[in-house]
Amino acid sequence: MIMAQIQQEDRVNLGAKKFSMWIFIFTSFMFFAALTSGFIVYSGQKGHALDVKMPTTFIFSTIVILLSSVTLYMASTAAKKLEWEKQKFLLWVTFALGIVFLVLQIQAWYILTYKMGVYFVGPNASRTFIYVFTGMHLLHILAGLAVVLNAIKGTYGSVTQVKNLYKMEMTSIFWHFLDIIWIYLYVFLLLNQN
Amino acid sequence: MSTLAVHDHAVAHHDEAHEHHHKATFLNTYVFSQDHKMIAKQFLITGITMAFIGMALSLLFRIQLAYPDKAFPLLETLLGRFAPQGRISPDFYMSLVTIHGTIMVFFVLTAGLSGTFANLLIPLQIGARDMASPFVNMLSYWFFLTASVIMLSSFLVQKGPASGGWTIYPPLSALPKAMAGSGEGMTLWLISMVLFVASSLMGGINYISTVLNMRTKGMDLWKMPLTIWALFLTAILGVLAFPVLVAGVVLLIFDRSFGTSFYLSDIVLNGQVQPYEGGSPILFQHLFWFLGHPEVYIIIMPAMGISSEVLSVNSRKPIFGYHAMVYSLIGITVLSFIVWGHHMFVTGMNPFLGGVFMITTLIIAVPSAVKTFNWLATLWRGNIRFTPAMLFAIGMVSFFISGGLTGIFLGNAALDVNLHDTYFVVAHFHLVMGSAAIFGMLAGVYHWFPKMFRRMMDDKLGYLHFWLTFAGAYMVFFPMHFMGLDGVPRRYYAFTEFKGWEHWLTVNTFITWAAMLSGVAQLAFAYNFIHSIFWGKKAEQNPWNANTLEWTTPVEHLHGNWPGEIPTVYRWAYDYSKPGAEDDFIPQTVPFSQTMSSNLPHDFEDNPGGLEEYNKWTAAHKASEPVK
Repeated sequence: MIMAQIQQEDRVNLGAKKFSMWIFIFTSFMFFAALTSGFIVYSGQKGHALDVKMPTTFIFSTIVILLSSVTLYMASTAAKKLEWEKQKFLLWVTFALGIVFLVLQIQAWYILTYKMGVYFVGPNASRTFIYVFTGMHLLHILAGLAVVLNAIKGTYGSVTQVKNLYKMEMTSIFWHFLDIIWIYLYVFLLLNQN
Repeated sequence: MSTLAVHDHAVAHHDEAHEHHHKATFLNTYVFSQDHKMIAKQFLITGITMAFIGMALSLLFRIQLAYPDKAFPLLETLLGRFAPQGRISPDFYMSLVTIHGTIMVFFVLTAGLSGTFANLLIPLQIGARDMASPFVNMLSYWFFLTASVIMLSSFLVQKGPASGGWTIYPPLSALPKAMAGSGEGMTLWLISMVLFVASSLMGGINYISTVLNMRTKGMDLWKMPLTIWALFLTAILGVLAFPVLVAGVVLLIFDRSFGTSFYLSDIVLNGQVQPYEGGSPILFQHLFWFLGHPEVYIIIMPAMGISSEVLSVNSRKPIFGYHAMVYSLIGITVLSFIVWGHHMFVTGMNPFLGGVFMITTLIIAVPSAVKTFNWLATLWRGNIRFTPAMLFAIGMVSFFISGGLTGIFLGNAALDVNLHDTYFVVAHFHLVMGSAAIFGMLAGVYHWFPKMFRRMMDDKLGYLHFWLTFAGAYMVFFPMHFMGLDGVPRRYYAFTEFKGWEHWLTVNTFITWAAMLSGVAQLAFAYNFIHSIFWGKKAEQNPWNANTLEWTTPVEHLHGNWPGEIPTVYRWAYDYSKPGAEDDFIPQTVPFSQTMSSNLPHDFEDNPGGLEEYNKWTAAHKASEPVK
């Protein structure tokens, strides 16, 4: 039985596909690295400082996305222990936390725009960069939510355990990466907020 | 557990049906194919089509340059409002230059070259059944085709295609009202490029993953042919560089369509002060050239890999300095990321920083020279077979040398003050990455045509094609060096109208006729290519007596490449004319135990058991050898 599974895995190259996900993470990382480098070049050239104190909502969203990583990790562990119901539940929790993160980020935009007067369009593009960083990250979050949903779908259908674990691993790589990227962007903004 | 049982059944079923996965229909064989060989052919044919379009555009602006005062009524018939009274309009001239550059750099020499040969050769030469993800591979082609169609569709909008140059510097590209081509044409350009980058990334991720995960037994990294090394490193470059272009383009789109000021500041347009403040167009140049410079190596490295392979096979000699070749490719890959500033020497860059970029740029001459030396040393005293592929590979080396030398001039921050934005630059990059890369690509097409289409191309037409193109390309680009030294700026609509540059008109006419000649030569290629697909001589399994794995597959294509087990690899790809061997080539699949008479101690470096056997064998044979 296990041999058959291994053969099946070889045939559809799950290992190679997982590797592809890692390379995709690299491309995505390069994208954010380019945006932040753009910020450094921009703010360095004419001395446009950010001069915005980051809204506290970002602290909450950071906590939420960290929690979602924890629940996703627990879901993976459950999947490995063949506890599929628990896996399903924890995946749904992860998905819900992802949605909460999304809402909180948009809430932060609202606060930035309407309460703090930091606009997307304005003469100081380093402020625009806040929206670009968070917006581009949110696009990735949307993709991440789709990936989580796909893993959830797997727990409903009759997907093989090999496939289930594969989906969990792909989801984990991508979602934890989104978590790390957010922390990177947030710390970057905090360091440059003056 | 029930799922496992179901799954087991599926495996059994799968085994039976392995030879013919799905029912082969026209649609899934020729159109939405997931077979890497078909996708390679799709990339090739789309790439060649784009190349012909790009070439036609260049001939159009060459006509303007040679005959700035003359009206050609035919042009008005063909181009309508873009050529009123039979003369190409200045706006359309800019569009022609822009789209010619874009098509050639991205659609022909990136997707057409890497797309074709990475798809064809990676699975075949490393011994894999297909790519890591055939589906993503198919998507990569369809994104590319969509991008091509959108790019060409910009010829159909009222104000014409993008016209700010292929580098799309803001503010021209960021202000839709700045010039005719900054409107819808520019929007279409941006959409097309976003799709193109997506295509490139999907392809690149697949290539890397396949090379690292799916090599057959025995194929360690140091047994890979140089084509694979080159395509692999090219894919790494693309994966790291293209996202940066996307970042730059995203900010550009915000500036264009949302009113932000990343790149814009202090702009007065048609007497109206624009609200943009505080932006910096130099920021775009940094982001663009961080991709843009690796991009030129994305273009040339596959051509280098192909030429290395073709030169070795047709010299019937091992490639000279295999390890040095690989290390220099790696060196070029790493260095290409830290030289982008040499495109920006005169943007007000700090001279100290310019000096740093100058040094890194000039260091690239070292790996490039190593490669050139090795190619020449491979040819040296070889048993050269002048097949068309071989001629094109030699042509590639020639162009790489003559174009590379002027790179040393341009890499100097001080000389660049004079030379930047002149025809000297045009001459330099058309030789070193234009002609050299296209010759590498053509070498690949002639060499692997039998693998792709199971038939041979005609040699005589190949020679005609080579000599006309080779001579034509030099006649076109060589005189441009002198124009550049005289300060003639690139991209000018009619520079011969300026006092002091009128005397270049005769040279311009000469260049245009040489370009026409080269253009006509491509018709020989087009005829040869299409005719041979259908009516060419049937190919043998290994027409060039080459060592690499792709020639061990049957002539008939099958999904999965090898009918039985994937062959195991025992040796590197370059055992040509090995002393003591029966034939002048030993395929990679032949174990050393079958070639005792030609083995060398060096073959058993990390194989003590083999070395022992080898020593025993040589001792036994020395004793029985008759005294000469």
